Amino acid sequence: MSELLSATVLAAFLTAIIVQTMPLILAAVGETIGEQSGVLNLGIEGVMLVGAYSGYVTALVTGSPWLGMLGGIAGGVVANLLMLVLNIWLGLNQIVIGLAITLMGEGITAVLYLQNYGKSPQSVPGDAWVIPGLSDLPVVGPSLFRQSGIFWVLLLTLVVVAFLLARTNWGLSIRAAGQKPSSLDAAGGNVVRTRSSAVLLNGAFVGAGGAFLSVLTTGTFTPFMTGGLGFIAIVITMLSRGRVAWIVVTSLLYGIAVAIKNPLQLIGVTVPADVFQMLPFIVVMLTLIIFARSSMVPPALGAPYTRGAR
Amino acid sequence: MSSTAAAPGVISLREITKAFPGVVANDRISLDIVGGQVHCLLGENGAGKSTLISILAGMQQPDSGTILVDGVPTPINSPKAAVDLGIGVVHQHSTLVPAFTVLENLMLGETGVLRNETRAKARLGELSELLGARIDPDALAGDLGLGQQQQVEIAKAMWKGSRLLILDEPTSMLTPQAIEKLAASVAQIKAQGLAVVFITHKLREAYQMGDCVTILRGGKNVGHIGTEELASYSEAQAQRAILAAMFGDDVATTAEAAELAGATEAVREVDDLEIGAKRARLELTGVATRGHGHDVDVRNVSLSVHEGEILGIAGIDGHGQAALAQVVAGQRSAAEGTIRFDGEDVTRRGVRGRQQLGLRYVTDDRLHEGTVAGMSVAMNLVLKRIGQAPFWKIGQINRKAVDAEAERLIAEYAIKTPSSGTRAGTLSGGNIQKILLARELTDGARFVVVNKPTYGLDLKTVKLVRQILTDFAAGGGSVLLLSTDLDELVELSHRIAVISDGEIVGTVQNDGRGTAEKVGQLMTGAIEGVHA
Repeated sequence: MSELLSATVLAAFLTAIIVQTMPLILAAVGETIGEQSGVLNLGIEGVMLVGAYSGYVTALVTGSPWLGMLGGIAGGVVANLLMLVLNIWLGLNQIVIGLAITLMGEGITAVLYLQNYGKSPQSVPGDAWVIPGLSDLPVVGPSLFRQSGIFWVLLLTLVVVAFLLARTNWGLSIRAAGQKPSSLDAAGGNVVRTRSSAVLLNGAFVGAGGAFLSVLTTGTFTPFMTGGLGFIAIVITMLSRGRVAWIVVTSLLYGIAVAIKNPLQLIGVTVPADVFQMLPFIVVMLTLIIFARSSMVPPALGAPYTRGAR
Repeated sequence: MSSTAAAPGVISLREITKAFPGVVANDRISLDIVGGQVHCLLGENGAGKSTLISILAGMQQPDSGTILVDGVPTPINSPKAAVDLGIGVVHQHSTLVPAFTVLENLMLGETGVLRNETRAKARLGELSELLGARIDPDALAGDLGLGQQQQVEIAKAMWKGSRLLILDEPTSMLTPQAIEKLAASVAQIKAQGLAVVFITHKLREAYQMGDCVTILRGGKNVGHIGTEELASYSEAQAQRAILAAMFGDDVATTAEAAELAGATEAVREVDDLEIGAKRARLELTGVATRGHGHDVDVRNVSLSVHEGEILGIAGIDGHGQAALAQVVAGQRSAAEGTIRFDGEDVTRRGVRGRQQLGLRYVTDDRLHEGTVAGMSVAMNLVLKRIGQAPFWKIGQINRKAVDAEAERLIAEYAIKTPSSGTRAGTLSGGNIQKILLARELTDGARFVVVNKPTYGLDLKTVKLVRQILTDFAAGGGSVLLLSTDLDELVELSHRIAVISDGEIVGTVQNDGRGTAEKVGQLMTGAIEGVHA
């Protein structure tokens, strides 16, 4: 049994965790920026799909996963313009707009994909940075240190976001817009501009999450490929209370639950494959049940801001 | 008042007019605000003070009229413009973010990428010295007492080196001791050459702190007492002049008006009560509540309210008043202790059970918890008797009975409404409060908990509400009066208990002058004890 848990298997396990977790982390970080500013974007499931599709197409056309990621980010930002205009500028209900974005993103990407690539599915070229020295280590070498350079750049952006939220005046404005927008307004800040920047960044990160899924995790696009990942990201956002480190930890739980399928099957655990499919969702539900009481959302979440209204 | 350009160092309002649907909030108001002076703005609720302030703060735009800063017409079209002009406002409702630290609150709205904490702490140090207050920069704003929060608000308003500081009803929730501290701070700020606008509806404060006074009524500037004039007046003369402008002929006697406007020290108005001779109606023994998020819970509360007694509960807002009121009403369960009503243990009874025994509750959240804005006045009046005969029969509503009851209560409590079918949300705050009182005090009420019953109401309704409560007590009913207005407590209560951080820290017999000071001492003493 133990020889089955060889270095190769462990490396594959680790790789699977990384590529499954990354899209979720990115989506949850994007959602965190939005929620901290008071915008609950229920549309990120759709935004992820738009990012996944536009990233996939860009990567196919240009042959570069890097440009594919940029395409995914652009797609996410464009999809979120709907939230920007309808909610922040016009003050319509966030929940309605969010659900509309989800449905639209699902529908549009499925139709476009089937129309353009349905008959001859193509794969995106892979990408790997082989880090000299480190990549020769057992287990972590072939998994962690042969990831695409995109992975390392995205890790860096997570640190940047954590820093922006915690240490800058912009971060303070974002949090104030979610806690008490009238205070930000009275202090001479601009609630609309602050929330707009948050929603655009939300689109960029969620789009990047989608693109990571299509370009790097699977190397292809399939309709509805997110399968609820956007909604799981919303759950993780609420549990993490605005802290990027917590997002990484809780997302890893999900990633492990997804990735554990292969090693478990290899060591001979004989349960139906359906159980493994369910596992990530069971983990999310258990996490929710255990930690739901400690979830906290900003008080102004979901409320459009109108100056002078009480 | 001349309409020509004003002298330098002055912010002048000229013919400012602002109308909202159905009401002209500011009607051609002109006034000059001079540096180094405290300009008191007096007027009832609804006189247009708040609108004028929000125009100066850039929150609202006037329909017509100009604002001159040092003689130059200057539009203030956003809060940012006001901040840039050096106009700082301490709003009546806190603008601090409770989840932020003091320093984060102060730095909010700063430009530049990185937060400069060193500079901010230095500025806070300067301002604390000026205000004569010690403020911990790393404390959460939500954890501070109300007086300290206000000092932070003032520091925030002066953060960018103010030219004008506006204080909107700053004393309404402070203890007498905290008011003295505030007056000292204001004097310091004035000495720095800043202009201060001090808004109040209490005459005493206007005379004590103000260099000049402007009185608003019905959106109009109805009187101004200049610096020399005010200095030459005795307190009594100033009062008479202000009262005449404030009320016109509305109020029958000057004495009555003076009392309404808080000109004189409050004295007890309810009749003597031999409490020992009366039966205890409500008895709380060791009552505690648990777990309602950010709310302060009550701990180990024991008190009794007797037949015909008004027991006041004084305390700074948010010190467990809501929990106490709700645990008595049955809306919150008691985790510990017992509640007895007329000798019967009602600890396990729900809201309706207690309601039917005659135990009633008038909430302070009259707009949301107290009434259903979208329903008719009539429905709101029978809201707590849903399903009961004669208004409901076999589950079906009996509109005739409901309307008849509504008409009776509307007449008895003088509720001003176009009809009993009007939506409650369209009425004024005063009339909504009357709906609540009418609903709770009818049909066999023997005891009522009222939380901040006159908060935000106009003076005439305030008087009426207080009258209703004293009449109820005179008729043998008992009242548990929770209020943050010390004058109100002194006027109405037989005894006053002080609540602090969810505990009753002492009880004062209300028998003559000095009660307010004693209560104030208990309040501050308790707070200092907690934070020491």
